[in-house]
Amino acid sequence: MLKHESIETNSGLLIVLTLVAIGIGGLVEIVPLHYIDSTIEDVKDPQTGVEMVRPYSPLELRGRDIYIREGCYTCHSQMIRPFRDEDLRYGHYSLAAESKYDHPFQWGSKRTGPDLARVGGKYSNAWHTQHLIAPRSVVPESIMPNYPWLLETELDYADVGARMIALKKVGVPYTLTKDEYTGWTDDKGQKHPGTVERFGEKVANTLDINRAEDNLLAQAKAGNYDGDPSSISEMDALVAYLQVLGTMVDFSKFDEDHFIQFR
Amino acid sequence: MAHSAVVSSEQYNYEIVKKFAIAAIVWGIAGMTAGVYIASELAWPFLNFDIAQITFGRLRPVHTSGVIFGFGGNALFATSYYIVQRTCQTRLAGGTFWPNFTFWGWNLAIAIAGTGYLFGISQGREYAEPEWYIDLAIAVVWVVYFLIYTVTLVRRNQPHIYVANWFFMSFILATALLHIFNNLAMPVSLLGIKSYSLFSGVQDAMTQWWYGHNAVGFFLTAAFLGMMYYFVPKQAGRPVYSYRLSIVHFWALSFMYMWVGTHHLHWTAIPDWTSSLAAVFSILLLMPSWGGMINGIMTLSGAWDKLRTDPIMMFLITSLSFYGMSTFEGPMMSLKSVNALSHYTDWTVGHVHSGALGWVAMVSIGSFYHMIPRLWNTTIYSTKLIYTHFFLATIGVILYITALWVSGIGQGLMLRAFDEYGNLAYTFVETVVFMHGPLVARAIGGMFFVSGMLVMAYNIYMTIARAKQEEKAPVIAVAQA
Repeated sequence: MLKHESIETNSGLLIVLTLVAIGIGGLVEIVPLHYIDSTIEDVKDPQTGVEMVRPYSPLELRGRDIYIREGCYTCHSQMIRPFRDEDLRYGHYSLAAESKYDHPFQWGSKRTGPDLARVGGKYSNAWHTQHLIAPRSVVPESIMPNYPWLLETELDYADVGARMIALKKVGVPYTLTKDEYTGWTDDKGQKHPGTVERFGEKVANTLDINRAEDNLLAQAKAGNYDGDPSSISEMDALVAYLQVLGTMVDFSKFDEDHFIQFR
Repeated sequence: MAHSAVVSSEQYNYEIVKKFAIAAIVWGIAGMTAGVYIASELAWPFLNFDIAQITFGRLRPVHTSGVIFGFGGNALFATSYYIVQRTCQTRLAGGTFWPNFTFWGWNLAIAIAGTGYLFGISQGREYAEPEWYIDLAIAVVWVVYFLIYTVTLVRRNQPHIYVANWFFMSFILATALLHIFNNLAMPVSLLGIKSYSLFSGVQDAMTQWWYGHNAVGFFLTAAFLGMMYYFVPKQAGRPVYSYRLSIVHFWALSFMYMWVGTHHLHWTAIPDWTSSLAAVFSILLLMPSWGGMINGIMTLSGAWDKLRTDPIMMFLITSLSFYGMSTFEGPMMSLKSVNALSHYTDWTVGHVHSGALGWVAMVSIGSFYHMIPRLWNTTIYSTKLIYTHFFLATIGVILYITALWVSGIGQGLMLRAFDEYGNLAYTFVETVVFMHGPLVARAIGGMFFVSGMLVMAYNIYMTIARAKQEEKAPVIAVAQA
């Protein structure tokens, strides 16, 4: 029988036993999440079989970087809980799949402002731009800071390709090679679907790192998010990001209780 | 008395303890002032002044890092270096260089990280905002800290390792583990500042709150219990109440805390089994937490009169009372039904501050009033000012947490209220209007607490200044003798 005295008189034993005591909880809770398949729902379009949740386009990605830079997560969550009031206020509860490409996750912990998980498409681009420049001009009671510099600062997108490569290294299916785009078969005969098959051709094109800058410029021009077509501002990127939040999964294509099986 | 004190200041490395203690007070005032400022921004948003660097989102991590790692971290380095030397009766390992390395490394890392936040350099992970290069530097400093601490333990002149050191060791090991795994990231380029975390979504959330809650559990609890186990018996002049209780509560606390982080993710997209496990362990955790509180408070038995006569004891015992209160409130908030209301609201923020101000800051303040005069081989400049500080701090904390109970529970109730037709009774912004009053009261509570810190800074400054004058005096006395 081990007496506590032998731990108190032996610093090596104290260190080893303490490590054991503090190690177990994390092992039991974290490791299985990487291996249990049902942790993240498989959300495919019931008609086409295409994956609904896709990585961010280059412009949306830069917008997300700005969201993180400004610390939006300190006041806004991106995680709707399965309650009646949240369903009425924000929409369908958030799925795990909806943040599967979020490095880091931005679920947040505090709602000083409302949840943003499904803010995409709820307001016009013009509303977002005006609201970010001067929140109280559209919501008089708001306590959000003004973000006028977003409109004044030109978006730096020189390294957007490098950013996508870093994300590719941690598992986001951005593509560099033709194989990754069209799919390939490895030496053992196993098939690896390309992004075209997984997300459809239109989306797959936006995930091509070689075309990142062109795609970013094209989306900014076509979207004209900040209402000023003469330049691409940080506002363009941030609004593009806000407008995609929560819009990837089309819940009208599923039965109302379809996602309950995953909870 | 004076003789033995002179010997101990030569036997032990007190210079490093002095540095960390002063740094803790400086960071405390800076970090808490930032806290009062961002609290005021929520009450009066014009204070953001359209200046990017001081908007709430960028300044908030300056506050949290400033108080947790600046104030808390330096206080822990100071007291752990003091306690490990005193209880092992040996000089701190690493000569003068390595302890100084931890001092400059730690403080530069926080200063660079904090300045970075103002310019938008952040990983976007709560309480782990520093980017990858700072994380690497912190890891190096931490390994050196671990080695200094361990080698000092090994060289002890006492057969037993005193209980305070178990807690500090647990804190050092757990912090290393949490820091490394939560900050795994892929830099965009080796010369750039930006990185993306290795994990995403559910797994990232799990890792982050395993880290986030154990920053509370080990950084802000286990280590401060180490502080408590030395300074409460010392100040009371009595041995720890129960040796057996300290063993049980040490192992139970170290084991259970690591399970509870997922209670920050109740009702989210994380699998239900993880959050249920976390809720169960959160409730169980009440027992070791209260074991620690009881062990601390009961150490005073037979000397209860000190609660009337000794303001340092008032700080220490009040801190344990807040510890007991917030470790009861925490398990309650980890119940899924309570959490459904409390999560995302100011109730959580109030809960954190009853722990951070009531427990962590107050036990540190009490310990500093005990330790600092001994470091400089003198007595405190003004006991009256300690009383003043105590009342400013206590009023501040109570105002703060009460205001946020009102704000948090009020908002939670409003958001889930329905009218007679089953529609939502309030829009979100109506809850923002409701919270204005409590948010003003909260900012005022914070101001009380900071003014107490300023009183402390003055008192400590005068204590040190007088000690330096006294240092010259004995030479004359000896010459005359």
